[in-house]
Amino acid sequence: MVTTDICVIGAGPVGLFSVFEAGLLRMRCHIVDVLPQIGGQLSEIYPKKPIYDIPGYPEIKAEELVEKIYQQIQPFKPTFTLGERVDSLSRTEAGDFIIITADQTQINAKAIVIAGGLGCFEPRKPTLDRLEYFEGRGVEYMVKNPEKFRDKKLVIAGGGDSALDWSIYLAEIAESVTLVHRNESFRGAPDSTEKVLHLASQGRLELFLNASLHSLQGNGVLTAVEIINKKGLVNKIDADYMIPLFGLSPKLGPIGEWGLNIDKNAIEVNTLDYSTNIPGIYAIGDINTYPGKLKLILCGFHEAALMAQSAFKFVYPHHKLSFKYTTVNGINSF
Amino acid sequence: MIAFEVVDALRGYQRIEVPEEINLNLMEVLKASEYHIPATCGGMALCATCQVEVTSGIERLPPPTEIEMDMLDQLPGCTAQSRLACQIKINENLSGTVFNLHHQ
Repeated sequence: MVTTDICVIGAGPVGLFSVFEAGLLRMRCHIVDVLPQIGGQLSEIYPKKPIYDIPGYPEIKAEELVEKIYQQIQPFKPTFTLGERVDSLSRTEAGDFIIITADQTQINAKAIVIAGGLGCFEPRKPTLDRLEYFEGRGVEYMVKNPEKFRDKKLVIAGGGDSALDWSIYLAEIAESVTLVHRNESFRGAPDSTEKVLHLASQGRLELFLNASLHSLQGNGVLTAVEIINKKGLVNKIDADYMIPLFGLSPKLGPIGEWGLNIDKNAIEVNTLDYSTNIPGIYAIGDINTYPGKLKLILCGFHEAALMAQSAFKFVYPHHKLSFKYTTVNGINSF
Repeated sequence: MIAFEVVDALRGYQRIEVPEEINLNLMEVLKASEYHIPATCGGMALCATCQVEVTSGIERLPPPTEIEMDMLDQLPGCTAQSRLACQIKINENLSGTVFNLHHQ
């Protein structure tokens, strides 16, 4: 169990920067994110894109901004739970919040800051009958532990880098790998494409191009996947696992069930302090909405500063807060 | 005026008219028309949350660029009619086109 002052949900730039603003006021933060790395959209969607509206940086690549903010918050020793989706919210008798992730990590916090961007990134799913039934019974959307697939028969679907890279890797350890892609060529990294074609020519990987997933078969567990090509010809492939790798797409997820006021997938806040309708829960960055909202990173930074002032009063109701510039005393690290 | 049609599971069929000189892409016009499109990446062809099916008139649109093709290629259920609305500039090519919205 993790105990902290503030549990920050979302490790994007705004969630990370809230650690700094909270730290200045002597509040410790623990950050949870569904992605295995920090940075949110900046790392997941556009790491190499330049951003031009961060004050002080005429131009900065998204991944560099994440790295800079990460450096900036180090004095306040944030802790992280990465790769886990926040699931449930409850309260202790004393009124503290309890957050539990899908992997059963428990975080107790006095206040919660939701900096979840557009929600948590979840795998894009193909449209297939009984797909949900087979989830956990042979359908896997991520390769968390490759050893799980040793000596198994695998069908991998997708044409991007992750489908190519995992096909190459798993071809070494699995009994068989079948890669299904809807086009006749790959647009992923050229050397990965070359490796896949080489493995296919050696018979170490079976390739179905111009083809897509058609149906899943099995009673209780997955036993076969049917693949259909553009001419309508169906092939049945024996499979222990089917791994669709079609990238990630954001969804609001379980936070939508927490009793917060929500308008069009965004959390309504009071612009006085970016508090939600539940005292002690704040929402900052792209996930909130208010009249005049602009989804800009720099607006999220401003929201983080005001949020921290209010959260301090919530976390320490009997303490007096004196506002100080960082130029007066510098940073007092933990 | 440029007029095109949008088909959506929630709102059904709707005709949309925009002035010729408007300097927007289709994703921006759909958002302004209050269609629920996340457009997570803001128009960089990097999230595919604005995927549409062009059910009529695709031959009048300029073909997808490399960056749009890269994203379309990764999507499940993508067809020859699939496009990203953020990559479609609003101009007279769109007159009479029919777009079917994907709901995520």
